[in-house]
Amino acid sequence: MQSPSSDPSGHLLPARGEKEERAYRAAAAVVDPEIPAVTIADLGILRGVEMDGDVAVARVTPTYTGCPAVLAIELAVETALREAGFEPRVERVISPAWTTDWITAVGREKLRAYGIAPPVKASNSIRALFGETEVACPRCGSLETARISEFGSTACKALYRCQSCHEPFDYFKCI
Amino acid sequence: MAAAPSIAPSISGETLTAFLLRLADDHLVLGHRLSEWCGHAPMLEEDLAMPNMALDLIGQARSLYQYAGEVEGKGRDEDQIAYVRREREYVNCLMAERQNGDFAHTMLRQFYFAALMLPLWQAMMTSTDERLAGIAAKAEKEVAYHIRHAGEWVVRLGDGTEESTRRMKAAVEALAPYVDELFESDDVTRAVAEAGIAPDPSTLRPAFDAIVGPVFAEAGLEWVETPYGQTGGRQGRHGEALGFLLAELQYMQRTYPGMTW
Repeated sequence: MQSPSSDPSGHLLPARGEKEERAYRAAAAVVDPEIPAVTIADLGILRGVEMDGDVAVARVTPTYTGCPAVLAIELAVETALREAGFEPRVERVISPAWTTDWITAVGREKLRAYGIAPPVKASNSIRALFGETEVACPRCGSLETARISEFGSTACKALYRCQSCHEPFDYFKCI
Repeated sequence: MAAAPSIAPSISGETLTAFLLRLADDHLVLGHRLSEWCGHAPMLEEDLAMPNMALDLIGQARSLYQYAGEVEGKGRDEDQIAYVRREREYVNCLMAERQNGDFAHTMLRQFYFAALMLPLWQAMMTSTDERLAGIAAKAEKEVAYHIRHAGEWVVRLGDGTEESTRRMKAAVEALAPYVDELFESDDVTRAVAEAGIAPDPSTLRPAFDAIVGPVFAEAGLEWVETPYGQTGGRQGRHGEALGFLLAELQYMQRTYPGMTW
C-alpha cells in the first residue's frame, strides 16, 4: 500500500489521528470490483478519510462519470468502515477530476503484474487522432503491439494484442 | 436532499435549470440511442464500444439532472426528471433523437455530437459555476475518446469500399438538416454565456469545423449545405422518433411508478 502520509504526487497530507489512520487503512484496503488486483487507494479514487465526530467520512471519486462500479465501490467502503468499527459515510466527489495520473506507482506495477498494461501518458491527445500509442505488452514487454478496440470490457480499458508473444491484453486507457 | 446550491447571482435559477435540462436531455437521449446497439453491433468490439459510450453519456446526464433538480428546487430527483416528463417537456436537440439508421449513420451522428461537446466542455472547465466546471473536467476527457472512435469510423467507412462510402455519404446528407440547430442561440444560451457559465453555442462553430474538416478531408467526404435546417428541439417540438424512444425509456417508471431495484 502507498504511504498514507502522502498523496500520489508526493504531497504531504496533514498528520492523522490514530482513529483516522485506522479508518483510512480500512477504506484503502477495498479492492476495485472489476480489477481486484488493485485497491481503491492504488487507483487514486479514494480521496481521503476524515473523522466528523464519530463518523468516518470517506471521499471517493469515480474514474468515469458513468462507471457502473461506483455504487459497488461505495458500498464496499461503507462495509469496510463498519467492519472496522466506524459509523461510515461515503461522499462522492468529482472535483478535481480523476485522471490516470492518480494511479500510484505501486498501482501501475500491480496492474502490469495482473496482465493489464498501465496507462501511457498523453495518449488521449486529440492531435493523436490517428496516431497509435506505444503500449508495452504486460507479459513480454514488447512494444510491438496493436490496438484491437478503443473500448474494452470496462469503460477504463482498451483491447490490445501483442505481435511478439501473440497474447491479447487489456490496456488501462490514459485520461 | 442537499441544501439549495449557490448559483451565480447574475442568472435566475429558472434559466440555469432550462440550460441544464437541454444539456442533460441531449446526453440521455443520445445515450439511449447508443444503448439500442447493444447486441446488434456489426462486430464484438463495437458491441462493447457503444454501451461504453452510452454509459459515459448517461453518466454525464445523471450529473446534470441531479444538479438541475437541485437548482430547480422542486424536490425532483434525476429519475423523476428523466422518467416522468412528457415528450414536449424534453428539450434535446433533434440530432440526438434521430433513429440510429445504419452503422455509418450512428457513427457520423456521434462524431458530430462529440465535435460539439468537446469545445463546449473545454470552455466550461473554467465556468463560473463550480459544479459545472467539475462535471466538464471529467466529461471533456471522456468525449475526447468518442471523437477518436467515431472519427476513425467516419474515415474508415467514408474512404472504404464503394458500399461503405455510399452509406457514409447518405448519412452526411441525412444529418445535414440537424447540424445548425446545435449552434442556435436564444435568451437561455445568451444569459448563460453572459454569466460566464457556458459559451454561447453560436461561438462554437469554428471549433466544430476544425474537428470535422480534417476528418472529412481524410474520409473523402464533402460537406452538404442544406437549404433549411430543422429546429424546435429546444422548445420541445420533436420528431416522431422521440415518442417511441421515451415510450421504451420510461416504460418501467410509467408502469410501476417510483419503483426501484
